[in-house]
Amino acid sequence: MEKKSIWKRIADSREASLVIVLILLCAAVSIRNPAFMTLSNLEEILKNNAVTMILALGMLCVLLIGGIDISIASTLAFTGMSVGLLFKYGYMGSTLLGFLLALVIGAVCGFIIGLVIGKGKVTPIIATMGFMYIYRGLAYVIGNSQWAGADALGDFKNFALGKYLGFGVINNVIMVTVICYIIFFFVMKWTKFGRNIYAVGSNEEAAAISGINVSRVKIAVYTIMGLLSGLCGALATTVYASAQPDMQTGKEMDVIAACVIGGVSMSGGKGSVGGALLGSLILAVIAKALPLVGINSLAQNTVKGVLIVVVIILNVITKRVMDKSALERREM
Amino acid sequence: MSEYVLELKGITKIFPGVKALNQVRFQLRPGEVHALMGENGAGKSTFIKVITGVHRPEEGEIFLEGRKVEFKGPRDAQAAGIAAVYQHPTSYPDLTVTENIFMNHEIKKRGMIQWKEMNREAQKYLDQLDADFKSTAEMGTLSVAQQQMVEIAKAVSTHAKIVILDEPTAALTANESEKLYRIVDKLKDEGVSIIFISHRFEDMYRLATRVTVFRDSQYIGTYEVDKITNADLIRQMVGREISDLYPKPEVKFGKELFRIERFTRTGYFKDVSISVKAGEIVGLTGLVGAGRTEVMEAVCGITGFDEGRVFLEGKEMRIKNPTDAGAAGIILLPEDRQKTGLIMSWGLGRNVTLPILDKFIHKGLIDEKEERSLAKQLLEDVDTKAVTVFDPASSLSGGNQQKVVVAKALAQDNMKVVIMDEPTKGVDVGAKAEIYQIMGELAQKGYAIIMISSEMPEIIGMCDRVYVMCSGRVTGELPRAELAQEKILEYAMEKSAGKEATA
Repeated sequence: MEKKSIWKRIADSREASLVIVLILLCAAVSIRNPAFMTLSNLEEILKNNAVTMILALGMLCVLLIGGIDISIASTLAFTGMSVGLLFKYGYMGSTLLGFLLALVIGAVCGFIIGLVIGKGKVTPIIATMGFMYIYRGLAYVIGNSQWAGADALGDFKNFALGKYLGFGVINNVIMVTVICYIIFFFVMKWTKFGRNIYAVGSNEEAAAISGINVSRVKIAVYTIMGLLSGLCGALATTVYASAQPDMQTGKEMDVIAACVIGGVSMSGGKGSVGGALLGSLILAVIAKALPLVGINSLAQNTVKGVLIVVVIILNVITKRVMDKSALERREM
Repeated sequence: MSEYVLELKGITKIFPGVKALNQVRFQLRPGEVHALMGENGAGKSTFIKVITGVHRPEEGEIFLEGRKVEFKGPRDAQAAGIAAVYQHPTSYPDLTVTENIFMNHEIKKRGMIQWKEMNREAQKYLDQLDADFKSTAEMGTLSVAQQQMVEIAKAVSTHAKIVILDEPTAALTANESEKLYRIVDKLKDEGVSIIFISHRFEDMYRLATRVTVFRDSQYIGTYEVDKITNADLIRQMVGREISDLYPKPEVKFGKELFRIERFTRTGYFKDVSISVKAGEIVGLTGLVGAGRTEVMEAVCGITGFDEGRVFLEGKEMRIKNPTDAGAAGIILLPEDRQKTGLIMSWGLGRNVTLPILDKFIHKGLIDEKEERSLAKQLLEDVDTKAVTVFDPASSLSGGNQQKVVVAKALAQDNMKVVIMDEPTKGVDVGAKAEIYQIMGELAQKGYAIIMISSEMPEIIGMCDRVYVMCSGRVTGELPRAELAQEKILEYAMEKSAGKEATA
């Protein structure tokens, strides 16, 4: 076999082009504002975008199997509120217990969605739209027009300030994000479950005939999405030191946008953990950078939208080129 | 007027890295049916695309009725009276037959589409073709044969002088093909010139007066159909002798491996009982829609069934989904390789190892080195012409894709029963012989093989025993010694021929 040169590989890889975009972006911003590249600023960016970054992992899996989940911000709010209120009314004091409970609630929420999609064969966007209202509504119902503020959360809010998970150097929230990414990197690349996700997304029928239990994979993926939403519910509560029923409204679109920018295909089968990471980092840097370089915050969404459209067009073009090169290799 | 309605000279078409056509020529007489034959990848499809204006050749000239023409795109070719009907109808399933027929040349008055008139016109074309459906029917509800008829009606509606039929019979059964033959005859009588691409020799003998053979992107020759023997023609196509197209080895059967009893799924099939011994190749034939594929999909747990029992090695099995079937060693090689057999965007290696990933998992992670080396081994076993295990499945020709599907089945070493659904559909003569070879080897190794096929010659050539189905029931069972085309057809059409005879 002919070995590809390292340069050719870099040119072929979508991730490499995203890295370049990210570097250029950071460089441009630092020239305008040297304060950007300081450690404390970077830490701040990562901490504030941990939620998007972690949710992008789950959304990666959901998009890979050809689905979509727009209920994640609602699941996040529901778990955040549940945990926040338990602290507020003094039923719970332990931070660890708070996180575990958030994971469980999130996973159950996701599992129910997974059942409806995997077993009930409901179209993902319809099913998750329903649960978007249900879970958000539940967040209000359990709140009963109450919310959990900083003083109600007690020790729990200190998690986002501490560095004990990161060996005293790295912020806890960032450390959680890093751990999530490491786990997903391995799962997606070297486990059967990861391979099954790609198989189901690339060709559901062929996967089923190859002996993959497709509905089980779907349920698992939505459960994982729910689990991560739950985790992020807890994280958002500690980072912003409050839990409110309307927290992170609209977050799902940011997360989907991050995935799309990172090269994850909306029609399933294509995308990587690296792409999800780079996509969410690019979004995060843009959000932080635009005010720094003097672009009105009102214009931010427009810039974000333009970026997404450009990336999608690039996606379509790369796909065409790749299809063509596959055809060219066919023996004639 | 020139002697030829269409003439191509010295056509060369280059795709990056390959010469898809190398100085080929072709002459079509007015009102003749001209067969175009050659193995997959011989350049037939590219050639058709040159005629229809989809591809522009690098070199060469095209003459229409003696006048030199240059097609800048498909529209030019259409305007010049050239229409193509493809193997897989390129239709819009959610639109009606009328809309499909008049797509891009709607009847309009003052910018308004004239539905009534279009429906009437469409119905007229359908009546001409003896179609058994209405012009207002939705395209997606029609069978492949009926859809093809719509495509032909579309060609007629554009008043095409030259109609190209690209493997029109590949998806048709014997009597549907007969109907198509009659339509082609009718077109011919009306003075339409027809280019007919097919892998089936029956088609050529039945229809064509002349045949042109391509091989390896080159023009080999044009022959009068009644002056060339079958063997000579195959030699021209393949470039070598195929001494035996059906290399059926002598195998001593073992004990009964697999049996289904009284399989029933309401509306699809009823009371189907089939058994296979180790080393035996059992054919399952009948007209398309007789329920053959449906029975086997139920056996493999892809669809459910209402009644019936499955026995493997004498033990009753419960198979609820494809995972169960795979675990029990019942492997289905699906008919539609692109849709259900392989993941086209994946490399060959990953495709092959998909059902057996568990084998390479150490401490929860996949050992990719081990995976690759086994995939390579298996692909070599079936003699795939792939460069590496990383080549995407979409880069292979149909015959080679089928071999990858076989390799994927072989990967599952608990395999006992192999069910092949139309294994040689759309595959050229050379690759067919190789697939039969592999099938024979599997039988020798003691696997039980069930082959679903509509192609009479391969059923008769390869099977030890044949079940014939008609309208969801098994209407006949024939041992190898009694296999004959007439007998199989008789069973296959038993129900439609008249209920009294069978009652």
